[in-house]
Amino acid sequence: MDRGIYLDNAATTPVRQEVQDTFDEVLSGTFGNASSIHTFGQDAKRVLEESRETVASRIGAQPDEVIFTSGGTESDNLAVRGAAYVLKDRGRHVITTAIEHPAVLNCCGALEREGFDVTYLPVDLECRVHPDWVLDAIRPDTILITVMFANNETGSVQPIEEIGGIARQKGVIFHTDAVQAVGKVPVDVDDLGVDLLSISAHKIYGPKGIGGLYVRKGTTLDPLVYGGHHEKNLRPGTENVPGIAAFARAIELATVELASVKEHLELLKERLANGIQERIDMVHRNGSRDSCLPNILNMSFSGVDGEALLLNLDLMGIAVSTGSACSSGATEPSHVLLAMGIEPLLAQASLRFSFGRENTEEEIDRVIEVLPDIVKRLRGLGDSRAVR
Amino acid sequence: MINRVVVAMSGGVDSSVAAGILRDTGHEVVGIGLQLVDSLDSVGTERSCCGIGAMEDARRVAESLDIPFYVLNFKEAFKASVIDYFVSSYLKGETPNPCVPCNKVIKFEELLRVAKGLEARFLATGHYARVVHDRPDGRYQLKKGVDPDKDQSYFLYPLSQEQLAHAVFPVGEMTKKETRELAEGLGLKVHDKPESQDICFIDGCSYAEYIEDNNGSRFTPGPILDESGSVIGEHRGLPFYTVGQRRGLGLKIPKPMYVTAIDPESNSIYVAPHGHLKREDCVLLDRVNYIATTGPKMPVRVTARTRHRSPEVDAFLVPLDEGTAHVEFDEPQEPTAPGQSVVLYDRDTVVAGGVVKRRD
Repeated sequence: MDRGIYLDNAATTPVRQEVQDTFDEVLSGTFGNASSIHTFGQDAKRVLEESRETVASRIGAQPDEVIFTSGGTESDNLAVRGAAYVLKDRGRHVITTAIEHPAVLNCCGALEREGFDVTYLPVDLECRVHPDWVLDAIRPDTILITVMFANNETGSVQPIEEIGGIARQKGVIFHTDAVQAVGKVPVDVDDLGVDLLSISAHKIYGPKGIGGLYVRKGTTLDPLVYGGHHEKNLRPGTENVPGIAAFARAIELATVELASVKEHLELLKERLANGIQERIDMVHRNGSRDSCLPNILNMSFSGVDGEALLLNLDLMGIAVSTGSACSSGATEPSHVLLAMGIEPLLAQASLRFSFGRENTEEEIDRVIEVLPDIVKRLRGLGDSRAVR
Repeated sequence: MINRVVVAMSGGVDSSVAAGILRDTGHEVVGIGLQLVDSLDSVGTERSCCGIGAMEDARRVAESLDIPFYVLNFKEAFKASVIDYFVSSYLKGETPNPCVPCNKVIKFEELLRVAKGLEARFLATGHYARVVHDRPDGRYQLKKGVDPDKDQSYFLYPLSQEQLAHAVFPVGEMTKKETRELAEGLGLKVHDKPESQDICFIDGCSYAEYIEDNNGSRFTPGPILDESGSVIGEHRGLPFYTVGQRRGLGLKIPKPMYVTAIDPESNSIYVAPHGHLKREDCVLLDRVNYIATTGPKMPVRVTARTRHRSPEVDAFLVPLDEGTAHVEFDEPQEPTAPGQSVVLYDRDTVVAGGVVKRRD
């Protein structure tokens, strides 16, 4: 069956065959509870710990620094709230940015309601936060800095290494949500100087519902869920061993193939960006050109409602996004684009194209072929409002 | 030219069949579900038309009809043009009809704009009404649905010519029974789904409770007065009452009393026994929309419907200035509530409609 052209890989990715094979194998072959003493349990435990070693090695960490979670959102919650609760007697100030994923932003909101003070750093026109803004925001009572590695809507990569240096120098715990970055750009926790780093499997051709949190040795967190002694008491509950094994396989493949896939993704991205800019006027490319993920392209089409574009493309079998999948259905313009200083109407006239390893140049050419007519027609409807 | 039609799908039998009919008559159908309120707002039981459960029903219908389906967010517009209107109208002592602005603004402005953006020629809904375009003057006519028990033209009277030109009501040609049979024939599981009732965004509480929650403050109780002006009871706040209401007045007199007037100025409710109800010869309408003709200069012979499903009565429609009109009844009628819609017909054709205006 023709499944159409999928250009929403930042929302999620198709599970690749090797990953599914690993999942199926463990699901049926290694069903034991990894906490059981018998052989069945030991088999599961072995898969679990081998997977942990794999994940750790792919981000430059030690195996006992990786906690498995249900995904990026849980990892962000455990990192941000877990760190804040442990350190609340030392201070109650948290630094983050205006462009974080809701998984971080809403944790910060919850902390504010609990009496914490949160500084939301702005970003520049390219959707980047400046390290010196972080430095300036640090106070004696600052206990945590959380800045995403790469933005999920624009792909702009943040100066994590510089911020990591500042955090270390000031003795502040540093978390980064690297859900979009891992498997797309090199990630090494020691080079970056991060204490906590969130990962998700389904953004790198793994299954949904599994992810991880890197926790640097010596960094303590309060658990959010109570139960048995799994995952160093930080994340109790019988381990999702098939998901964890599949996650490990996915991160291994993604990082091994990173360089070659990156080249392919960048080629697709530039091909689409150039094709659009050649054929459609009044388009704006959002985000950083120099410091950007290879797989995300965000563009505004002046005078057009992004949602109308999305629906028209979908009816032609082309799947894109107006922002993040988590905010679809929202009438409000993207908080990320607004933070970049883009005016609301233009923000609502935006599309996010995000590419994957399976996309082809022919698919990109198909988009370039159909998009100009749709934009022209929508602009010609005479409704000056770009949005509903 | 794409033969595309957008169908507003609620998950109910009527809009599902509308989509099915259009698909089977050679149209490329795109179903759209309207998200109107936050799912947190305790909406979403079977009988309401816009809850999450309803959207999942609509999604299943679209799947079984093999048509694309999207749920789009209209919460902001719905709040601004339906909920806020509903609340403020009640607070003014009026009895609003929220379905009227919902059809006019949410479906035939907001959703129609989306439909046009999708290159659709028409927007279809599951209303029991008909649009006819066969007159020499080229005006689009709005007619009653053929099922007299189900006719919903009453809720559609504010539509403009431009809106009617793009409107299609496939089940308007059918009886409810035929619709259900067709749903069964199409294999739709919703064929025996109960009718949606009441106001879709209010669930599990009274209108007044809802308004109180939305208004953020408690209502002020006030006096209930009889014809002589004597206080015979206390009301709980104006939004609990509507003109013509008998129940729930809490009066300690044996005779059944009816609300005859609601006065927001003095926060008072006036009541009278049934035989003493002051009948009205005439009502004043505001926001009048003419469909059958452009605004007439002379009085027009019509039948008037003063509320959904009430029998029509003979009247003259007398056009006045600035979108107002008088409806002069042949026989005096029980009082109508300000805020309520009155729709005027020439047999099965909607001549015009408007909102009852309070007399000063």
